[in-house]
Amino acid sequence: MTAARGAPVTRRAVRWLDQRSASAPYLRKALRYLFPDHWSFLLGEVALYAFLVLVATGIYLTFFFVDSTKEIVFHEPYAPLYGQKMSEAYASVVHLSLFVRAGLLIRQTHHWAANVFIASIVLHLFRIFFTGAYRKPRELTYWLGVTMLMLSLLEAYMGYSLVDDLMSGMGLVIGYSVGLALPFVGENLMNWLFDGMYPGSEQLWPRMYIAHVLIFPILIGLLLGAHLLLVAMRHHTQFRQKRAQTEHTIVGVPAWPGQAPRSFALMIGTAGFLFLLGGLVQINPIWLWGPYHTYSSTNGAQPDWYLGWLIGGLRLMPGFDVTIAGYTLVPGPFWGGAAFPLVVFGFLYFWPWLERRFSGDHAFHNLLDRPRDAPVRTGIGAGMVSWVFLVFLAGSADRVDVTFGPDYVSQIWVYRVVVWVLPVLFGLVAWWICKELQAGERVLQERHEAEAEARLARMRASQAEP
Amino acid sequence: MSRVRNAIVSGLVLLLGRGRRRPKENETRIVPALPSNPGAELAALGLLGLSSLCAVGFILVYAFGRSLPDVTQLLGLSIGLALLFLAAALVVVAHKLVPTEEIAEDYPPQEHPGEQQVIAGVLDESGTRFTRARLFKLGLLGAGGTLGLAILAPAVSFGPLFRVGDFLRTPWRRGKRLVDGSGRPYKGSDIEENDFYLAFPEGVTGEGKEQMAASLVVIRLKPEQLDLPPHLTGYDAHGILAYSRICTHAGCAISLYRAPLFQPDEPRPALVCPCHYSTFDPAAGGTVTFGPAGRNLPLLPVYEDSSGFLRARGNFNGPVGPSWWGVRLWKAQP
Amino acid sequence: MRAVLTIAALAGAGLLAAGTAWGASGTPKDPLAAYGYHLYGEYCLACHGGNAAGRANQPSNSTGAGPGRAQGQQGGIAPSLQGVGALAADFYLRTGYMPLRRIGLQPRRKLVFFNDHQIRALTAYIASFGGPAIPRPRPELGSLSKGLALFTEHCAGCHQVVAQGGLVTGAVPPALVQATPLEVAEAVRIGPYVMPKFSRRTISDRQLDSIVRYVQFAKRPYRPGGWGLGFLGPVPEGLVTWFVALPLLIGLCLLLGKRLRS
Repeated sequence: MTAARGAPVTRRAVRWLDQRSASAPYLRKALRYLFPDHWSFLLGEVALYAFLVLVATGIYLTFFFVDSTKEIVFHEPYAPLYGQKMSEAYASVVHLSLFVRAGLLIRQTHHWAANVFIASIVLHLFRIFFTGAYRKPRELTYWLGVTMLMLSLLEAYMGYSLVDDLMSGMGLVIGYSVGLALPFVGENLMNWLFDGMYPGSEQLWPRMYIAHVLIFPILIGLLLGAHLLLVAMRHHTQFRQKRAQTEHTIVGVPAWPGQAPRSFALMIGTAGFLFLLGGLVQINPIWLWGPYHTYSSTNGAQPDWYLGWLIGGLRLMPGFDVTIAGYTLVPGPFWGGAAFPLVVFGFLYFWPWLERRFSGDHAFHNLLDRPRDAPVRTGIGAGMVSWVFLVFLAGSADRVDVTFGPDYVSQIWVYRVVVWVLPVLFGLVAWWICKELQAGERVLQERHEAEAEARLARMRASQAEP
Repeated sequence: MSRVRNAIVSGLVLLLGRGRRRPKENETRIVPALPSNPGAELAALGLLGLSSLCAVGFILVYAFGRSLPDVTQLLGLSIGLALLFLAAALVVVAHKLVPTEEIAEDYPPQEHPGEQQVIAGVLDESGTRFTRARLFKLGLLGAGGTLGLAILAPAVSFGPLFRVGDFLRTPWRRGKRLVDGSGRPYKGSDIEENDFYLAFPEGVTGEGKEQMAASLVVIRLKPEQLDLPPHLTGYDAHGILAYSRICTHAGCAISLYRAPLFQPDEPRPALVCPCHYSTFDPAAGGTVTFGPAGRNLPLLPVYEDSSGFLRARGNFNGPVGPSWWGVRLWKAQP
Repeated sequence: MRAVLTIAALAGAGLLAAGTAWGASGTPKDPLAAYGYHLYGEYCLACHGGNAAGRANQPSNSTGAGPGRAQGQQGGIAPSLQGVGALAADFYLRTGYMPLRRIGLQPRRKLVFFNDHQIRALTAYIASFGGPAIPRPRPELGSLSKGLALFTEHCAGCHQVVAQGGLVTGAVPPALVQATPLEVAEAVRIGPYVMPKFSRRTISDRQLDSIVRYVQFAKRPYRPGGWGLGFLGPVPEGLVTWFVALPLLIGLCLLLGKRLRS
């Protein structure tokens, strides 16, 4: 029996908990869980903390939101909307934004958190992809992550749509049209989801609301739990920074006390930046957009950034319905709005399998690659990223025309070509850079070895002399 | 409030606890002992204090700042800074005040063959009393599948299925007058060149106006400008054309009319959707001249009655709104 | 400076053309309009033709080639100004839309070329051919709420709902940040370039007052939520996400985590 450790208070608390939960072995393991240290491992945590901010601010918003499209007349003291007909949903968000103390702060923070949430997931995904962290034994973790990204896109889209302002209504009808364009199932699926043809029945808003505040957050939360559990069970991957770090030995900072203050700092700091943005930078000023009607629209309507690649796809696609003998098989919006994301997500899902298939690498991997260590993967990844990014850029060609002047129609024609050419080029350049970096390292290593040999030879010579 | 209290308590604990703890030299420690760092400790305490100050500021602004002009900015600034100061204090703690030793340990084994065997054994051996195992599995699968279907079946009532007819129904009938947003009927003489008009069917109000097939964009072109295809001749009333207002690409409202003032120098007349810039040529029966739309803009045939009012002559020449598979088989119907 | 030179060149070519087309109806009697008549001959005639009758599809060699003129500018073609009235002349000159730098361009707001007296003179000359007078919008009589609703119905499709400008294929509807109440009222009735020309049946004078009032509001929209980001919505918001928020957060990650030693 060793001497009792810790202060009496601590000891009593730990004993109380252990006696009631038998959790001491697990707690001990958890406190000493090892986190390999690298800044890019924290990107996923940023996403996690943005999600927490989303949940917290979202709960506050539910206390004010009304999930009804019943038409009412706005009678609150905001002149540009006074007396206008609008849905209860839109009126409740205007009320929350302009007449509830701190309501606007919370709403804007929620929206910024959504933008940052998905952005940090994407960065996290880049890190995972380009370092090969998804390889065996972590494919399952990776697939859960990609699924969460997809769910988050839908979740954010519904949140944007719920407000029922002019912009969100236009976004909703575009989504509806993409769904309608799905071959074979489109019209039934959309009729089923919307309870009738667009703009749907009075059931639509309660449905979308419950999906946005309950079903999807719970799904994301569950997948998030499974994701983190899998990470912890298999332990983190690590870069080879020290000689001791191998496929079999993990070197890292224990959760307590090394990692905990950093993670807390990151959590509190993420929340801090989001609240600063929420207070200082206006986002989605719905009181300026006005209410939505199917027969009204505004120029410059764009989705939030995370759907920008889809509006780019929709705009780039020339008018092209696949028809066979006068029978429409595939309407146009399918290509940019559904086929394009299906290809991108299909690539993400199948990549670990594809890579294993073509590289024949079935080994366990706990050590990460640097991007240069796998030139083919880095090349293909760079090609895919630039493909999606170019389509994304094409989505903002109209604002580019308005702000800087190059003609929109010519821009679109340039993009229609460039989108297929440049990614191949970027992929090849990335591959070549990786190869060059590797070659450079080999040269350095050979020089070091040669120097070491020379030193050894000199030492031997000097030893032999006397 | 509790955050402030916690911050103060933890600050005090740090401050007071410093003198009391005196680690015994000979005791073997789990966490390595490192020398104290009073400067960093003081900095962290200062940051905690600033954080509390900002949090109090948030409460004060919230309570009394109602009439301030930039209350949202002040609220965001105070709560954001409170959080950031706390984060900064934690950064100091992480880098300067806790031991950050790196430890090495083994990764979990790639697999646990012993346990795997036990699990497989349990699963297999549990079923030895069944003599027709495969049939039983089929039975279970059948029961589970049908029960699953039964549980999912009520979801069918979410919305109507196999009712393509809904997509084709429009509120337009032969003889319906075209009215503006406030219900005033349009006369043919109201419709001027280079102007564009929002029109609804007479008698349709409130939510009915939100139907996709209800709203129109009405324009007038010079008869000599018209270049309607043969099957659309007679759809116009002396150059007045009534197109569906809903884009056939993604359902946005066509609220752009490119109406050149002086044709020789300027682009041709066009109806444009602001979502993806599908551009339709109204003179040629709504054909697509640019952009992603795949079908012509549906045209409603109109005529001027004896007292000059604009009326629908029939129904649209094609389905209104975004396309679905098989859309071309159908015609709009009242 | 280049603009002025081009315009001077145009004017020079115009004087050459004057020999054939000039003087059909003589100098107006009103002294202001007479001054306008001379200005017209100097600056506008080359394109808009004698008697403001407009020129369409002129053979390209009829005006001769002046210094620095591109082939496309040879046949100055422009609409007739007879009957457009003081309304249009005032709008095009006060916004700097006219004189146009090059034929076929979308007229855009730029430095006003004429001084106030010259504008009044030209306006008086154009008004002498008849046409509507300069309107008198009274935004104080309009309603902001009706203005937003009307603006959404008639204008937002091109000019964006907060009047920040937008795009139509082939032209760029401008932002209305600099538009004075009078200019807005004039533009609605004229329909410059490819803008529709709204009749009184579509937008009554009273409704126009509301629209003008709303456009004045949209120059400095209500922004209780902080930095407005140009009131454009998602595009600048996405830029802030990626170029402000994420660099800050990545900075925090770099502060907390190690970097690879090369």
